[in-house]
Amino acid sequence: MSVQASEISTSFAGTLGGFSLDVAFKMPMRGITALFGPSGCGKTTTLRCMAGLQHLPGHFIVGEEVWQDSAKGVFVKTHERPLGYVFQEASLFQHLTVRQNLLYGARRAGDAPTSDALDFDAIVELLGIGHLLERSPVALSGGERQRVAVGRALLSRPRILLMDEPLAALDRMTKEEILPYFERLHESLALPIVYVSHDIGEVARLADTMVLLAKGRVIASGPLTTLQTDPNLPLVAAPDAAVMLEGHVAHVDEDFALTHFTVPGGTLIVPGRQGAPGRERRLRIAASDVSFTLTAATDTTILNCLPARIVSIDGLNSEAQVNIIAALGADGSGARIAARITRKSQTALGLAPGTSVFAQIKSVALVR
Amino acid sequence: MGELNFAQLWSPIRLTIELAFITTILLLIFGTPIAWWLARSKARWKEAVATVVAMPLVLPPTVLGFYLLLLLGPNGPGGWIAGLYGARTLAFTFTGLVIGSVIYSMPFVVQPIRNAFEAFGDRPLEVAATLRASPWDAFWSVAVPLARPGFLTGAILGFAHTIGEFGVILMIGGNIPGQTKVLSVAIYDFVETQHWTEAHILAGGMVVFSFAVILATMMLGRRYGQQGR
Repeated sequence: MSVQASEISTSFAGTLGGFSLDVAFKMPMRGITALFGPSGCGKTTTLRCMAGLQHLPGHFIVGEEVWQDSAKGVFVKTHERPLGYVFQEASLFQHLTVRQNLLYGARRAGDAPTSDALDFDAIVELLGIGHLLERSPVALSGGERQRVAVGRALLSRPRILLMDEPLAALDRMTKEEILPYFERLHESLALPIVYVSHDIGEVARLADTMVLLAKGRVIASGPLTTLQTDPNLPLVAAPDAAVMLEGHVAHVDEDFALTHFTVPGGTLIVPGRQGAPGRERRLRIAASDVSFTLTAATDTTILNCLPARIVSIDGLNSEAQVNIIAALGADGSGARIAARITRKSQTALGLAPGTSVFAQIKSVALVR
Repeated sequence: MGELNFAQLWSPIRLTIELAFITTILLLIFGTPIAWWLARSKARWKEAVATVVAMPLVLPPTVLGFYLLLLLGPNGPGGWIAGLYGARTLAFTFTGLVIGSVIYSMPFVVQPIRNAFEAFGDRPLEVAATLRASPWDAFWSVAVPLARPGFLTGAILGFAHTIGEFGVILMIGGNIPGQTKVLSVAIYDFVETQHWTEAHILAGGMVVFSFAVILATMMLGRRYGQQGR
């Protein structure tokens, strides 16, 4: 196998307790990679194998560090791997205070070199846990516990951070409260993060790269937006199908309080003043919010009408609806979006791959 | 009934506390690895080992005492060990009592510690491993502190049970004042010789002691029960 220093190579194949796992994929050394799939698809098992908590034949190589290579008989024990791991449920040591929990890994990590300035005060500040330091974990809320758990993992100076559904045990409100902290991690650390989740909303908000799993196998892996607009993958057919676009603020229309975002192949308008020009944000377009016209409509209340070109049309196993992937821009060279329309409309307009259209986007949400 | 002989009363009390103290320390030293193994091992025959450890709970003390007597006696391994320092036997010695007590009280120490180790499961140890703690490090920094209520209960029960034992002591230790004549045997003796006052003092003291031990164990259990999660 050839592994570049700038990537993480994963491969595990074997059976654990009656469950057969056979996965192989690569991830970049930057950003958040989501392992996504339904319950029981093997994403947690894969993550545990990465950490060395479970042992299946294969390899796991992070940059230049070989943590497992069964062909050469290499298996580094978990406690000798410089990784951080955040478990699904509260896993703080109950016999220690928050501060002692945070320092547990830090003390044992010694002076391992690190790419980030991951010192105690910076992490405490980043996660907003300064006021909790002298408390017992028993006295914390679910969201606070997970923030401390993330801080504890980061303070052990990891080369990679593994997170196993860290929000799954939390209620909706707490999730919303904690997600911004995770986004800050993403912005301020160069550390690669592997994030296991079955919640597409979380993945869409956080992930840059996605590995799609089902029944112990990898269905697809690659950049999030590529997978979201791949007509051959189940993501497009999901009831809540949506596409993420990376955009940056072009200018703010002060008269109407609207922000114009430049995205590949066009400009999208979002209500509100959403930051200074140049600022990068992630936009979300739900498939159900996209419709098409053959000519540019001038008498519509919808602000976002962009030229686009149809890429593919799929039947969805439904008599009534079809899924359409379209590429923004008159020449169809821009970002891809997904749309869900009725088959009746598709027939009436004669939409087919290659048709030039105008995409009307009813709402664009900012997710990051 | 003559005047109270305090030396006669004090000697068995001192001896008993000494025995219980040494026994409890040895029980913790030997019982902890056994409890750890029973809690963590996936070996199929571990329940057989658990059963052997638990046997003293159901065996009549005389049966246990009989076999211990053979083991400790001049023709058993105990006799061989005694031979190393010029003695003939470990039976009817204080050392013999310690060995017998450790075996007899082992289940009372192993069970609560094993339960405590099992109660917190694999997770805290996995967490410790992901935070660079070696298994040995994790045992001391995570497992032992988390199992503290189990250790306390085990130590209290082991100590109390050693103080209260009678049958085994009588079988392997006899009744040698200052060497093997512990409290329970002394009470028996006082009753046999109709020294009611002395018997009352010791027996009453044991009632108070037992009450205190059980109360302490239950209060500890409640305190840790409330702390949990």
